[in-house]
Amino acid sequence: MTTPIVEKDLDNATLTVTTEFDAPLEHVWQLFADPRKLEKWWGPPTYPATVHQHELRPGGKVVYSMTGPEGDTHYGLWNVIAVDEPGSFEVEDLFADENGNPNPELPATVMRYEFAETGGRTQMRCVARYASPEALQQVLEMGMEEGLVAAMSQIDGVLAEIAAA
Amino acid sequence: MVVGRSDEADDDRRFRAVADATRRDILRRTMTREYSVSELARNYPMSFAAVQKHVAKLERAGLVTKRREGREQLVRADVHAVRRMRYLLDQLEAMWVDRIDRMGETLAQEKGDES
Repeated sequence: MTTPIVEKDLDNATLTVTTEFDAPLEHVWQLFADPRKLEKWWGPPTYPATVHQHELRPGGKVVYSMTGPEGDTHYGLWNVIAVDEPGSFEVEDLFADENGNPNPELPATVMRYEFAETGGRTQMRCVARYASPEALQQVLEMGMEEGLVAAMSQIDGVLAEIAAA
Repeated sequence: MVVGRSDEADDDRRFRAVADATRRDILRRTMTREYSVSELARNYPMSFAAVQKHVAKLERAGLVTKRREGREQLVRADVHAVRRMRYLLDQLEAMWVDRIDRMGETLAQEKGDES
């Protein structure tokens, strides 16, 4: 696997992740299409995910929960917007209640995944679009509260970051 | 890391403040040294008043501080505030990088199962 490249665009509140996996496209697609595989990577080890409902088709829903070390459970929902197997799919990721109903007070993230295979390796591009810079910030805060994020490396190159943003 | 309500409000203002290329440029310049507003204004195709407005927005967000020296207003970035914002962005990046690591691991397991 190549090191993922993450580009942050503050003007458009989007985050683009590109990477390449040493696996055929069929296997990469299964990471999303097979709920048991999705559970393996969606949540961090401290907040493993359980997929309760899985309909990866336009208009379908994927309902998942993540349970933390204190037994705290957080629900999420994907509203599936478009699926073009195995080239791409787009979903709206929302915070939800235990019945899978979206929480309208919390911001949605639209995620578009695109895949292409070259010589048995699969390139993946994911564009996560937040409703606004404020929504992006809110997602960040939620992520921190839920412990979704891993330990941080040292801060350096503040200038470079601002320049790149 | 636990973030209080007031921190969240501050972050909100900060993210709004940097969602503009001119303001980010002002921030980048004033990270290195103090700039007067008129000196900053020479860099952008807009009026002094417009640049002053951008500076005011950055100031309200706590990203820069302003002080008066004679007739000049001097602007300097608050390194701590910028660092905190960068920290939040890095957290988000880390979340995605970790996720992709786990995707790679899941794919490797599958390969192992097949052979």
